[in-house]
Amino acid sequence: METFVQQLINGLTLGSIYALVALGYTMVYGILGLINFAHGEVVMIGALVALAVYKALAATLLPPLLILLIGLAVAAAVCMALGWAIERIAYRPLRNAPRLAPLITAIGVSIVLQQFAMLFWGRSYHSVPALLPDTSYDVLGARISAVQIVIMLAAAASMAALIILVQRSKLGRAMRATAEKPEVAALMGVDANRIVALTFIVGSALAALAGVLVSANYGIAHYQMGFLLGLKAFTAAVLGGIGNIGGAVLGGVLLGIIEAMGAGYIGDLTGGVLGSHYQDIFSFMVLITVLVFRPSGLMGEKVSERA
Amino acid sequence: MMQDQKKKVLGIALIGVALAVLPFVIGMGFGNAWIRMLDFALLYIMLALGLNIVVGFAGLLDLGYIAFYAVGAYIYALLASPHFGLHWPLWAILPVGALIAGIFGVLLGTPTLKLRGDYLAIVTLGFGEIIRIFLNNLNAPVNITNGPKGIAGIDPLAKNIEIFGYPLHSLYLIYYLFVALALLIVFVTMRLENSRLGRAWVAIREDEIAAKACGINTRNVKLLAFAMGASFGGVAGGLFAGFQQFVSPESFGLFESIMVLCMVVLGGMGNIPGVILGAVVLTVLPELFRQWAGPMQMAVFGQTYIDPESMRLLLFGIALILVMRFRPMGLLPSSRRKAEFEHAEEGAQA
Repeated sequence: METFVQQLINGLTLGSIYALVALGYTMVYGILGLINFAHGEVVMIGALVALAVYKALAATLLPPLLILLIGLAVAAAVCMALGWAIERIAYRPLRNAPRLAPLITAIGVSIVLQQFAMLFWGRSYHSVPALLPDTSYDVLGARISAVQIVIMLAAAASMAALIILVQRSKLGRAMRATAEKPEVAALMGVDANRIVALTFIVGSALAALAGVLVSANYGIAHYQMGFLLGLKAFTAAVLGGIGNIGGAVLGGVLLGIIEAMGAGYIGDLTGGVLGSHYQDIFSFMVLITVLVFRPSGLMGEKVSERA
Repeated sequence: MMQDQKKKVLGIALIGVALAVLPFVIGMGFGNAWIRMLDFALLYIMLALGLNIVVGFAGLLDLGYIAFYAVGAYIYALLASPHFGLHWPLWAILPVGALIAGIFGVLLGTPTLKLRGDYLAIVTLGFGEIIRIFLNNLNAPVNITNGPKGIAGIDPLAKNIEIFGYPLHSLYLIYYLFVALALLIVFVTMRLENSRLGRAWVAIREDEIAAKACGINTRNVKLLAFAMGASFGGVAGGLFAGFQQFVSPESFGLFESIMVLCMVVLGGMGNIPGVILGAVVLTVLPELFRQWAGPMQMAVFGQTYIDPESMRLLLFGIALILVMRFRPMGLLPSSRRKAEFEHAEEGAQA
């Protein structure tokens, strides 16, 4: 029972981070039908920029929480600018190109960002100072730390804000219209280029938040940290039904829980034959099984076949 | 007509002579390291042509293609190394490797038949990762793959020999072996392209429902694409294992899959000369960057500011972006795709 609750808590923490990153993938996909492979690197840049701010402010006697918020704000600003630039340089010129061309530029951007980060911050793992109180609480025999609570709350709050933005605001309506049919949206007076740029900016801000949270969770930042995280988040977005915002949240949380449970139980389930290093297989197996029975993800709409 | 025939024969003969003397020219001029790279380029040509069947012809985006390369490589490693004490000959292993990789291709293809586009991409990606994780962990309870340490001491493809008292490095022999197999694969794919099956693949790529309506058994045809692409990968993998004499799961990560995909797309999807060009460019270019990055900085700035390895990746990333930016349909697109692209351009301007 304790293992179960503990893994559930760990899974929810991990899942909220996946969900934040998955939202970035799914929003871009919903509007452009493009896998933004560079999104994971934006998360990484967010984490490393925030870390640089922490280090710069460490000497001042500001309260840790304020330092964290300043770091987050700077990281968000940098990532938003980065997201905008990526769209402008790598994707917009290829709007009418064959479908796989932007995929290749995305890979190019991803490599370039990683190498820039390496030149800037080096190859080593950086330890991230603990800026949140180091307390933890007992829940049904399991431990939940303050960091984990903050991660879940911050993720939940920003997702709620995003959903309100998309469902209620004028910008959100324009986004949904562009996703539905760009030509018609343009006829209704929506400036598609502006909407796409804003989508990238919003997605990148969420990525910066995810970067700050994930580095706070593990206490480590590294120039390659974005790759696997991006991959998992993309998996989560597809699991939930890519292009669907609720689906990305559901997929992210589910994937986090599946992974944590897999890591916790796979050894017992298989009598010790498979160890916890098989946890990644677990999540991909679930993904493949889900897609076999629901080819467009858990919450994805059934794609109507071309007439 | 006769003139054309003659020109064709002459062209083939010229290419043959060029391929035959190429390693000697390069070996004299630049040393054995470059012949090694030439061998690698040939391996990548085989891989890229295999992936081209799946992505270029049938239009199925596969992000886990390297898994089949891994399967072929491990088959070779297990059947010709001290690990199990087996030492099968090359010509016995390659067909086995191709067959098993082909079976894996069908294994991947079957559950994904209903998936389209990016859903297929992520499942193939997951499949590639699953294979890699198994290779990494199948050292317990029974040691099959030797885990992350990999399998060493694999039987070499060829040994150094002497011809008329003139010593010939094994790299040359391997080169001729690779050229022969690459030419075979080029020949097979060219014949496939214009076959009934090849046209069925293109039909599925263009519109699956219309293809079905025309009486194409889309299930079998798609599975055949996966199986054939996979078996080419399996052959290339076996050669890789014998060439390196060492395999470990590290060589078969997602980045490798992406590299091969880049070769196909950058060169010109679906067009055989384009894919070959893509494979050669993406093997040679990063190597050139690596060799020149250090000395060039020394010459210009007097010291190395940027580590050559990361310089190589940086320039590589920038090159990918620039090529796609200015030639979105690839360096050498097939005439069909080019026509489609120009059509789409006109449509967008209208």
